[in-house]
Order: sequence, then structure tokens, then C-alpha cells
Amino acid sequence: MLIRFARASDVKSSEITPKAVFEERRRFLRTAAVAGAGLAAGHFLPAPAEAALQGVTKGKFSTDEEPTSVMSVTSYNNFYEFGGDKTDPQRNSKNFKPKPWSVAVGGHCEKPGTYAYEDVIKGITLEERIYRLRCVEAWSMVIPWVGVPLADVLNRYGPTSQAKYVAFETVVRPEEMPGQRTRLLPWPYVEGLRMDEAMHPLSILAVGLYGEELLPQNGAPLRLMVPWKYGFKSIKSIVKITFTDTEPPTTWNQQGPVEYGFYANVNPTVDHPRWSQAKERRIGQFLRRDTLMFNGYAEEVAGLYAGMDLRKFY
Amino acid sequence: MTREQRLRRIVKPAVFAVCLGPLIWAAWLAASGGLGANPIEATIRHFGDWGLRFLLIALAVTPLREITGFSVLARFRRMIGLFAFFYVFLHFAAYVGLDQFFDWAAIWADIAKRTYITIGMAAFALLLPLAVTSTKGWIKRLGGKRWQALHRAVYAASVLGVIHYFLMIKAGYREATVYAFILAALLGWRLFDRWRKRAAKRAGSPLPA
Ligand code: HEM
Repeated sequence: MLIRFARASDVKSSEITPKAVFEERRRFLRTAAVAGAGLAAGHFLPAPAEAALQGVTKGKFSTDEEPTSVMSVTSYNNFYEFGGDKTDPQRNSKNFKPKPWSVAVGGHCEKPGTYAYEDVIKGITLEERIYRLRCVEAWSMVIPWVGVPLADVLNRYGPTSQAKYVAFETVVRPEEMPGQRTRLLPWPYVEGLRMDEAMHPLSILAVGLYGEELLPQNGAPLRLMVPWKYGFKSIKSIVKITFTDTEPPTTWNQQGPVEYGFYANVNPTVDHPRWSQAKERRIGQFLRRDTLMFNGYAEEVAGLYAGMDLRKFY
Repeated sequence: MTREQRLRRIVKPAVFAVCLGPLIWAAWLAASGGLGANPIEATIRHFGDWGLRFLLIALAVTPLREITGFSVLARFRRMIGLFAFFYVFLHFAAYVGLDQFFDWAAIWADIAKRTYITIGMAAFALLLPLAVTSTKGWIKRLGGKRWQALHRAVYAASVLGVIHYFLMIKAGYREATVYAFILAALLGWRLFDRWRKRAAKRAGSPLPA
């Protein structure tokens, strides 16, 4: 119980910077671990922190907005593989093993094969990218990701001229992911990007956040992050990458074609039938704020959609 | 103490206190940081859930009374019904005051455009006059028959409440389906009861007890 209260008070310390809270949490977790405290006890507790990442440089495109607290980033997640409630991913991911991990690469490319996680990112400098994340449910966060440019990874496998799209797939492990034992969504979760979107310098494969390896609830060990699209496009725990010549099926689009498009670009002028997309609530703040076109990345990405009717291709 | 005194002085206040549970629980969660990263959403959902639950409990009173023969249950129907309205009102108030922060233009746009809000609002609008006319004075003023007819609106409000719930869900209908089945059972029992009483009347025989 003591532990729960200590954690709960952390949430409210809005005056301290999130990073400070984060470091405090790490210290706290270590102490707790040493003391042999039952970490599984309180549901406010995040899973034990993963290892700190080394050699991370400051990447381009970072926003100087204040990052959302690590507490919120690791306890408020949509990751239906672990359950339908926002707190389920943290609570139900204790048995998830992000290592060892491998990714099957296939389709229109020169070097298909199965690659170990370490080899997927080997030799590519890890960058910190502080991005806005906008969920289709009209809430948002600012998250300091650590990752590598997606283009650098994809280029390794030599996509051919037939590769017009790239499809991604999430791992299926019902034994470790309780949500997959239900029919919340059809498994595996699948997503995709047009090749030029995937190759855009803003698109990254994230392996960490707040300087540490990703926790299972955030898509460990490897997830997509395309900051100008609604969060559901940024598929988590990727085990398969396929280069295709046609638009690949995507999970939410299949669930509700009218509600979720293939493109899913953040767009305040195109409403979702259930959430107005004009405004959003930044987690940790009270008043809603205006949602920005392409989540504020219009300067970088608007060109990708020149001449497209974004009401039709939502 | 007589039976009546016991009911008034002990049982009713106890039931009242229990009905306040979800409110106290919410206050405790809010004070302890237990509402999580998005406390506004958590608050709306908490009160929405309890509004619906109390509606169903209120609708269960009459069937339970008839089935078990505990006529005293009827004495709690108004209190439970008013608690249902109370939690639905808090749900609505959290949406207006916390989620939208009195942005009436946005609220109006939501009501007009988003089907699940439209339907939730219709349910709320149906419950409002029922709460107002729940007093003895209003029962007298309207007359029992008219009062009863008016209060049948609670059936429509409950159906709309469940539809509202279904429409706001993205995936995973299990919990909402449970509510839908309970509501169907409660309303189904009423249909069955009416048919049974009519049949008995037609046959000219008094109802078996
Ligand atoms: C009889 C009336 C109503 C009932 C029984 C009811 C019940 C519910 C229930 C059960 C939920 C789902 C909670 C959950 O997911 O745990 C919900 C969600 C919601 N309701 Fe209502 N509701 C009613 C009226 C209203 C009204 C009048 C409004 C606003 C005008 C409203 C706005 C909302 C919103 C915004 C949500 C979604 C919360 C979120 O996920 O962010 N409801 N309601």
C-alpha cells in the first residue's frame, strides 16, 4: 500500500519536470527492487524500467514543447493486444518478452529474410526525437522517442521499384498478450504506409523513450512512429515488414472503413463520426487545444499529399 | 422501534449511504491520483457507468418485488431512480464542465453531429422531467395515472442509454452486451407481466398470488 501512495503522489507532482519524475521513478524502482517490495502489487506501478540506451544523439524535428510525464506515457496506452482499457497494457504486459526478437522482411525487396532485432538497427545512430502524438480519440502527448530513421532500416533490404507500399505486422502471442485471447480485434494487428511516407525523414522505428528501452505497453522492442498520423498508424511490437505493390489492408480501416482511413493523417477539418478532430486534450492539461494540420508537421509532409482530396483520402 | 421506524431511521439511510458509494469512490480516486493519466475521461466514464447501473437497478425493483413478494422494496424505488438521475447528471456535468469546459458552441456541435451524444442527450432530456416530478406533490398534481404514463419514459431513456453506450465503443462490446441483456430481461418481464395480467382478466379469474 505504501508503494501505491508513493506512486500516486508522483502523478500529481506537476511542478517538477517529467524527466525529474522519471529519474525519481527509476531511483524508486531500484530501491523498491532492492527492498524486495512486491512490484506486482499496485496497479499504479509501471513495469520495471528497461535498460538505459547508450549513444543516443539529438535528432532533428524535435519539438520544444514540454514532454508528457513518463508516468502517463507508460500507463495510458491503446494497445488492444493487452486489453481494451487504457490501463490494461501496463497491467497485463508483465509476462511479455521483448527479447529475443526477430523481424521477417519480405515482398518486393532484394534481401528478404528473418533478421534479429539487433541486426535491424545495427550501425544506425540512435536519435532522440521529441514528437507530438495525436490519438484519433482526440487526446495527445509529447513523447521523447529514441529510434532510427525508418528509411535507413528499409533501405537495408533493397526495396525494388515494385515496392509501392510497406506493410507491418504486430507479433501474435496470446500466451503473453491477454487481449489476443479475446476477439477485440482480428489478430495480428496490421498497418501500412505508402513508400514515400515510410521513407520520409520524420518516420522512425522507435526502440525507446525517455532514454530507456521501450516497455511492453509502448510497443517493445520495435515500433513505428509517424507523428503526422493518428496514433493507430504507429504499429507496435513489429515482427513483419513486407514491401507490396498494392495498398495493404490495415486493421482499423477494416474494422470501420468510414471511421478510419488508410492515410489517417491528423486533420482538424475532417471529423471522425464520434470525435470532433478540431481540438484535442493534451494529457496532463485541462483545456482542449486546437489540433494542427498534420499534427503540426504540415511544413514537412504536406507535399506528400499534393493534389489529393484529403476528405476522400482520410 | 416499529417496523416503519426501523425502515425510516435505519434501512433507508443505509441504502442512501450505499448509493453514495460511487460518488465517494470517485472523490477518493480523484484525491489519490487514482483516476490515471486522463482523469476527465475517467470521471465521465465512471459516472456514465453508474448512471446506467442505477437505471437498471431502479428498473429491477418492481420485478424483484413481484417475484419475491417483498412489497417493501417499492419504498426504495424513488430513491434509486433519483440516484440514477444524479449519476447521469454528474456524467453530463463532467462532459459539459470538465471535458468541454462550457464551450457551448462545441457542445452544441457535438449534440447535433455525434450520434452517440445526440442519443445520450435525448436520454438525459427524458430523465429530467421524471426527476422533477418525483415528489409526492407532483404525483398528486398529475394524478396517479398520468404520472405513471409519464414515468414510463424511463424505459425509453434506458434503451437510449444502452444504445449510447454501444455507439461510443470502438471495439469490445462484451460489457455493453451484458447491460443490453439485463435491460432486455427487465423490459421483457414487464411485457410478459402485462400479457399475463391481461390474459387472467380476460379469463375472468383473479391472478394467482
Ligand atoms: C441516460 C443517459 C446516459 C447514460 C445512461 C450514459 C451512459 C454512458 C456510459 C455507460 C458510457 C460508457 C462509459 C464507459 O465506457 O465506461 C458513456 C460514455 C459517454 N457519455 Fe454518456 N450516458 C448518458 C447521457 C450522456 C449525455 C447527456 C452526454 C453528453 C451530452 C454523455 C456523454 C458521454 C460521453 C462524452 C461519453 C464518452 C466518454 C469517453 O470515452 O471519453 N452521456 N455514457
